[in-house]
Amino acid sequence: MSTRQFGEAVKRNEDARLLAGRAQFIDDLTLPGMLHAAFLRSPHAHARLKSIDVAPALARDGVVAVYTAQDLGDYWRPGPLIVPPPPVEGAVFNERTQVPLVKDTARHVGEPVAMVVATSRYVAEDAAADIVVDWEPLPVAAELAAAVAPGAPRVHDDLPDNLAAHVRQTKGDYAAAAKRAHRIIKRRFAYDHGCAQPMETRGVVAQWDAGSERLTVWDTTQAPIAIRNGLAGMLGLSERQVRVIAPFIGGGFGPKIMLFYPDEVLVPWAAVQLGRPVKWIEDRAEHFVATTHERGQLHDAEIAVAADGKILGVKDVFLHDTGAYDPYGLTVPINSQCTLLGPYVVPNYDSTFTAVFTNTPIVTPYRGAGRQHGVFVIERLLDIAARELGLDRAEIRRRNFIPPEAFPYSNEIIYQDFTRLSYDSGDYAPMLAKALELVGYERFVREEQPRLRAAGRHVGIGVVCYVEGTGIGPYEGAKVQVQTNGKASVLTGIGTQGQGHYTSFAQIVADQVGVGVADVEVITGDTDQFYWGAGTFASRGAVVAGNAVSQAAVAVRKKILRTAAEHFECAEADLVIADGRVAIAGVPGRSIALGELAVLANPMRGAVAAGTEPGLEATSYFGPESGATSSGVHAMIVEVDPETMIPEILKYVVVHDCGTIVNPLIVEGQVHGGVAQGIGNAFYEQLVFDGEGQLLNATFADYLLPTALEVPRMELAHTVTPSPLNPLGIKGVGEAGAIPVGPLFAQALEDALGLPSQGVELLEIPLGPSRLWELARAGS
Amino acid sequence: MKPAPFRYVAAESLGQALTAKVAGGSEALFLAGGQSLVPAMNFRLARPAMLIDINPLHELDYVRAAGDGGLRIGALARHRTLERDALVAQHAPLVAEAVRQVAHPQIRNRGTLGGNLAHADPASELPAVMLALGARLRARSSRGERWIEASAFFRGPLTTALGPEEMLVEIALPALPPRSGTCFVEVARRRGDYALLGVACVVTLGDDGACTAVGLALCNAGSTPVRSTKAAPALVGRRAGEREIREAARAVAGEIDPPGNVHASAAFRRHLAEVLTRRALQSAVARAQAR
Amino acid sequence: MSGERVLIATTVNGTRHERAVEPRMLLSDFIRHELGLTGTHVGCEHGVCGACTILVDGLPVRACLMFAPQANGRAIETVEGLAPDRTRLHPLQEAFRDAHGLQCGYCTPGILMTMKAFLAEHPSPSEAEVREALSGNLCRCTGYQHIVDAVMLAAKRARA
Repeated sequence: MSTRQFGEAVKRNEDARLLAGRAQFIDDLTLPGMLHAAFLRSPHAHARLKSIDVAPALARDGVVAVYTAQDLGDYWRPGPLIVPPPPVEGAVFNERTQVPLVKDTARHVGEPVAMVVATSRYVAEDAAADIVVDWEPLPVAAELAAAVAPGAPRVHDDLPDNLAAHVRQTKGDYAAAAKRAHRIIKRRFAYDHGCAQPMETRGVVAQWDAGSERLTVWDTTQAPIAIRNGLAGMLGLSERQVRVIAPFIGGGFGPKIMLFYPDEVLVPWAAVQLGRPVKWIEDRAEHFVATTHERGQLHDAEIAVAADGKILGVKDVFLHDTGAYDPYGLTVPINSQCTLLGPYVVPNYDSTFTAVFTNTPIVTPYRGAGRQHGVFVIERLLDIAARELGLDRAEIRRRNFIPPEAFPYSNEIIYQDFTRLSYDSGDYAPMLAKALELVGYERFVREEQPRLRAAGRHVGIGVVCYVEGTGIGPYEGAKVQVQTNGKASVLTGIGTQGQGHYTSFAQIVADQVGVGVADVEVITGDTDQFYWGAGTFASRGAVVAGNAVSQAAVAVRKKILRTAAEHFECAEADLVIADGRVAIAGVPGRSIALGELAVLANPMRGAVAAGTEPGLEATSYFGPESGATSSGVHAMIVEVDPETMIPEILKYVVVHDCGTIVNPLIVEGQVHGGVAQGIGNAFYEQLVFDGEGQLLNATFADYLLPTALEVPRMELAHTVTPSPLNPLGIKGVGEAGAIPVGPLFAQALEDALGLPSQGVELLEIPLGPSRLWELARAGS
Repeated sequence: MKPAPFRYVAAESLGQALTAKVAGGSEALFLAGGQSLVPAMNFRLARPAMLIDINPLHELDYVRAAGDGGLRIGALARHRTLERDALVAQHAPLVAEAVRQVAHPQIRNRGTLGGNLAHADPASELPAVMLALGARLRARSSRGERWIEASAFFRGPLTTALGPEEMLVEIALPALPPRSGTCFVEVARRRGDYALLGVACVVTLGDDGACTAVGLALCNAGSTPVRSTKAAPALVGRRAGEREIREAARAVAGEIDPPGNVHASAAFRRHLAEVLTRRALQSAVARAQAR
Repeated sequence: MSGERVLIATTVNGTRHERAVEPRMLLSDFIRHELGLTGTHVGCEHGVCGACTILVDGLPVRACLMFAPQANGRAIETVEGLAPDRTRLHPLQEAFRDAHGLQCGYCTPGILMTMKAFLAEHPSPSEAEVREALSGNLCRCTGYQHIVDAVMLAAKRARA
């Protein structure tokens, strides 16, 4: 190709297979002799396991094995701590991780108690129902605030209370700033993020080949390399004996990077025990309790502002619900703590959180990973400050933006990548201006809204801003090769769950090595193909792996030129690479196909010069010194029926900066998908637990995902401030759309219903028609 | 989840299906569209020992004009049919309007009117429609058949007046008198979800513009679909102007004892009952006046 | 699996299959595991997500809400029957590729089957009509916009 592919809306390489139904997802896998697993799970949120009798299950035809904690012997141990606590001075962290099967105490509904392996999933479920368990129910700590109250039932009885962690981070001196304030605004906020619910649930298939002593595990994980390393250690195998493959995955969104779920640890073990392949596919009902959530926080926050709306400081004390265990450390609340600062100059900051154990499923990152909660707090505080000071909502934000000349901008506190929070580049005022222009802000506020209101319609507008730390380390790697068939291949350790890596990475390589995008094969998620890597999370795939791919491709390009120059006995500067061939510029007939060059680079005879490697191949690693900061502005016009409290989104605008763009179609798709999840989070999705820790709406009929009728057509625009932290200038975009939608809804619904003038503020997310009606009623 | 095991019988005739039901007793269930029964079986909430698949009984899938100007609808008529059928549009527009709110096209392609009514979910739209229209339901067993008034059919949540050996085979809708207007409105969190609350109403006007008949029923307002027995009849003999409609709407809200759940509080449902009754009556009256 | 098997004969994508099936086997499992046509995906088994949508006698239905015996005598179409062969795509599939109407692809086969039937009945739909027809299929990746674009593109190309 002589036209540049990087930056183009190239159609995806992977689509033909997916569209034809030929892509292999985990449940599509069938192996000879394969058995099927099902789990018996705790029906209680907190209970002592007094006895368990599996004999009736074993007696059932078709049942091959039933395992309890006792059967695991030394293999039974709590899972590893995946993310240690951040190096914040004075931080308290109580590590309690999940176990493969309940041994004495179940700590949340759905915790696995026994694993049945049978000839079909149908029989395995029949057998699981045969198992007789004697439970002694214990008092339940289900609700976040109640779980920290004195005397609350303890989730872990070897701890004095339910404190999982306590972290305070400060910048400047908030107390002094508050004394100088013209106004201090203080509120309590409640933010609940719900759960990811990808269309494909999780699954694990494992096969132990006793002849070659190799274990192969297919897993819907976002981090196959970490799983390989962990399983090898747990099973007493060398890493080279274990291959983990992430097949096509039907959406990740975060919970699939929680690692060493009980099933991930047990299915491979059972495959080794039984000498037969074992498959476990999570069903949707199970998924609601067996896969992680990202739920709620309670914030007591205050903002100190000057008379002109400038922020003097923010103080925030919050509770974070971590669920029954905390294997993923403090990533979510640290993100809340850091992302609250937003695109604003906040000279003084005092943020403290207490992570709390509750008898509910584990909380780990879900698209946004705690940023939503922090953004809700700061955006709502600014809205309230604007109202009290008589300032326009956009103006107060503009006045507080970090100016473009202040980058890199340090916020000093520790971020989720354990470096000091620093924004690499950004320019926020033009984004806000563009969003206001696209949504028609001035015209709406001055003319349309008054006119519509006079006609009895309840329409409102919202504008919110945020930043997102993306593209964090530690590193990713890539191997690029031009093969003897003239096509290129890219191998990398990260996995793919729909983000289009098969195409975006191909675009990066295509430009460097001169083959078409469709002729670049991308292989991700197979630990036998690429050995080192961290995984797909925190909006880092394009940034970190993309740059590694680029470096490797550049190195291959150099080899192409050197090999061709030797072949043609000319200078490298005389050569042109295009359309799969290397040619001497301006000399027709003096060209060679890349495939032939690849053959020449791997001679069968002669000597390979010292210091060189065979083939047109290069491996490279990239680790950014810190994350790259993306940013965005969302604006929305909404109409509400005040009698039914059903909203209709009339206009939705996103202006977004993710640095240099590899494929604009893919970027758009990521933003659309994020916004849809944000809309779900704002008005439709909420996990509802009762006082006994029972999840009341664990089905798709009652946990409401937005459909094509709830998600509007969105208008997108992009601004670009390249990241100075990586050669391609890329910033992450995966989570962007989801982050600011909660405060956007709160602001716009308040405006539409005229709530503040009735003394009502919306300080919680999610909302819904019934809750909104109740809140509105309290005012009027 | 996967369903528990069961014996499967594909009905070869209505008589055979009824005989099989006698043999199976309360452990045997009829399988029609399956759009409510199969999810319950997939959750293992329903575990019938025998399923009698009555989908082969095509003779139960029909929409016919009745001699009296009303309609006869076979129990196996699919929702999709009711959406598109010209007789339904003309003689039972309330059914056509309500069925469009039922779930999604894929569900409506399989779901049947009889199955929906026999399932008797109090949140479902069509049972309320039957109450508002004063439908009659024909039940058949191997020993004979009987008619059951809609008002006597719905006994409790997922419970009907059908005996353990009976199958619902036909629904009879009375003729809509001239100068009648109907309206179905509901509020749902997402399109196609069960209504948070829904109202079905029929209004018939006399030559002087006063109401001669008002039928009004609500879904998700109680443990069964709820017919207004006070406020709706109170409109008979009076003009249904703005004030009367608002009064009636307030009164209807007082007639119900709605449930509260994760989606809506009882108070909000009661509020919606008032709002939607008002809107449904306004619309039905306007439509009646237009005829 | 326990229980008396039932003999069925069903046509899938034009090919006739005869099998003895356990009655409780869901039609989705029958298609995927008994017939090996794994293009139809399972998202919930509640009948809500639409990932398992297939055409039965030309109408889109949720395969997870039917039992295998109910396929007896029926003509079933799945996503594998759309493309004319392994090197080409059905025009609807092409439109999805051209408009970036899929990301992870898990919900896609169910949406393709729903839209195939929808466009056959409504060759000139408005965006609102497309969104309503789509509302019975959940997607968690795309936010629906490019899916809607793909369907409108397919309709436009079919009319040309």
